[in-house]
Amino acid sequence: MPNILYAGQTYTCEGQSVLDCLTAQGISIPSSCRAGSCQTCLMCAVSGTLPELSQRGLKPTLVVQHYFKACSCYPETDLEVQLPNTALGKFDAQVVSLDALNDEIIGVRLRPISPFPYQAGQFINLYQNDSTARCYSLASVPSIDDTLHLHVRRVPNGVVSNWIADQLKVGDTVAISAASGDCFYVAGQAAPNMLLIGTGSGLAPLYGIVRDALQQGHQGDISLYHGSTQVSGLYLVEALRNLAQAHPNFHYTPCVSDETPPADYRHGMVLDVVLKDLPDLKGYRVFLCGNPNMVKAAQQEAFFAGASLRDIFADPF
Amino acid sequence: MSLYEEIGGEAAVNAAVDIFYRKVLRDTSINHFFADVDMVRQAAKQKAFLTMAFGGPHSYTGEDMRKGHAHLVARGLNDSHFDAVMENIAATLTELNVPANLIAQAAAIAESTRNDVLGK
Ligand SMILES: Cc1cc2nc3c(=O)[nH]c(=O)nc-3n(C[C@H](O)[C@H](O)[C@H](O)COP(=O)(O)OP(=O)(O)OC[C@H]3O[C@@H](n4cnc5c(N)ncnc54)[C@H](O)[C@@H]3O)c2cc1C
Ligand code: HEM
Repeated sequence: MPNILYAGQTYTCEGQSVLDCLTAQGISIPSSCRAGSCQTCLMCAVSGTLPELSQRGLKPTLVVQHYFKACSCYPETDLEVQLPNTALGKFDAQVVSLDALNDEIIGVRLRPISPFPYQAGQFINLYQNDSTARCYSLASVPSIDDTLHLHVRRVPNGVVSNWIADQLKVGDTVAISAASGDCFYVAGQAAPNMLLIGTGSGLAPLYGIVRDALQQGHQGDISLYHGSTQVSGLYLVEALRNLAQAHPNFHYTPCVSDETPPADYRHGMVLDVVLKDLPDLKGYRVFLCGNPNMVKAAQQEAFFAGASLRDIFADPF
Repeated sequence: MSLYEEIGGEAAVNAAVDIFYRKVLRDTSINHFFADVDMVRQAAKQKAFLTMAFGGPHSYTGEDMRKGHAHLVARGLNDSHFDAVMENIAATLTELNVPANLIAQAAAIAESTRNDVLGK
């Protein structure tokens, strides 16, 4: 009889689903359709083997993180499970460098003290102290970079971003959470082309995802659009132009909305520029990060332009 | 064979989700009900909804439908909106070349939830 380990307690699962087994013990697990469609009862396996049925229909980014539908999971062997993001462990990391990427964005490099698994484009919580933390996306790629790279925008009057900009020093030790989020590249998926749109420090996860996809030999087109109001709000422009030189399937388009930029930039709101260039997004995997209004509008426009809901990934911030 | 299997099961639902939800979001008579919901998270709920309408496996009760739409009824959800959703379901199935007799059966299932969805 398989056992389920949840929150330090072991429960015997007799031909039941994980959901029924745990709720029968009075444990509250969010659920809705209880038939495998709505994904309200998503849980995450810490160890053990998940039956195929329990992951059917999930986004590949969830599958590789061992997410499963508790209502459709009839375990055959012992399983240790948790609710998503409950047990994100804390790690210590050392600040390796702090560099201005432009007037308002700082590149922070951290070296975790213990092994730190992540995917480029996921995010971590960075703790200022035990009770104050903020999310920052990972611009680094595990197989390319030996440190974690963050792009932190200084938010006017923002608590943590100004602490990072003004107080943090090279050599300091900070606490971070394990990486989470489903905005990342998975090789071998159906949608062959990739569109990535970011504003401001929303470039951070996209810079990671693009380099990860190229490193893994992605064959389809990869189009990155980075938008800002001013030319001075963009960053990593040279690095991205060089990357585009080196990879014929990677296209980089910096966009500026509020001033007339030099000829090698595009003038206009980033989403308008994208829709002009790529009116048909059928078969595209779409990644959207940054300004929440842009992200929301872009989700809808990308969907109307033919991208499937399953292929749209977004982190508004 | 059940209606769900005849329509094409889970593969048919997957194909229908994008088509149906694009129609709903473009339908100005009802899209305001969806303005605040997270689109990507909503995809899974749409799947639950269509699975139910296609006679597939679900364990929603009438009470669940009542509770799930009560906040929308409070915002004015009425028969005309329900009719619009019914039309979008039929148009989606037509676009997927589902035969008319099966569309009628799916419509009857969706229709049977009207009083619960509208909190009557
Ligand atoms: C998934 C995710 C990924 C992210 N990735 C990145 C990233 O890669 N790079 C990045 O730069 N950011 C990222 N963010 C945003 C980041 O987590 C922080 O929100 C951001 O740095 C601001 O934090 P802060 O502590 O500086 O500002 P906060 O102190 O949280 O303040 C935010 C805003 O609220 C205002 N405010 C604060 N308190 C009050 C108050 N009492 N009344 C009125 N207004 C108030 C501030 O003036 C400021 O404008 C991400 C967020 C998410 C959710
Ligand atoms: C035709 C009959 C209908 C059925 C069978 C139905 C079924 C469902 C189901 C199963 C859910 C998901 C519940 C969950 O798991 O959380 C849902 C959610 C929803 N339905 Fe319906 N529905 C119907 C009609 C309508 C109508 C007419 C509208 C509005 C025009 C509507 C708007 C919504 C919205 C906005 C949600 C999401 C609620 C939220 O997440 O806040 N539905 N519906």
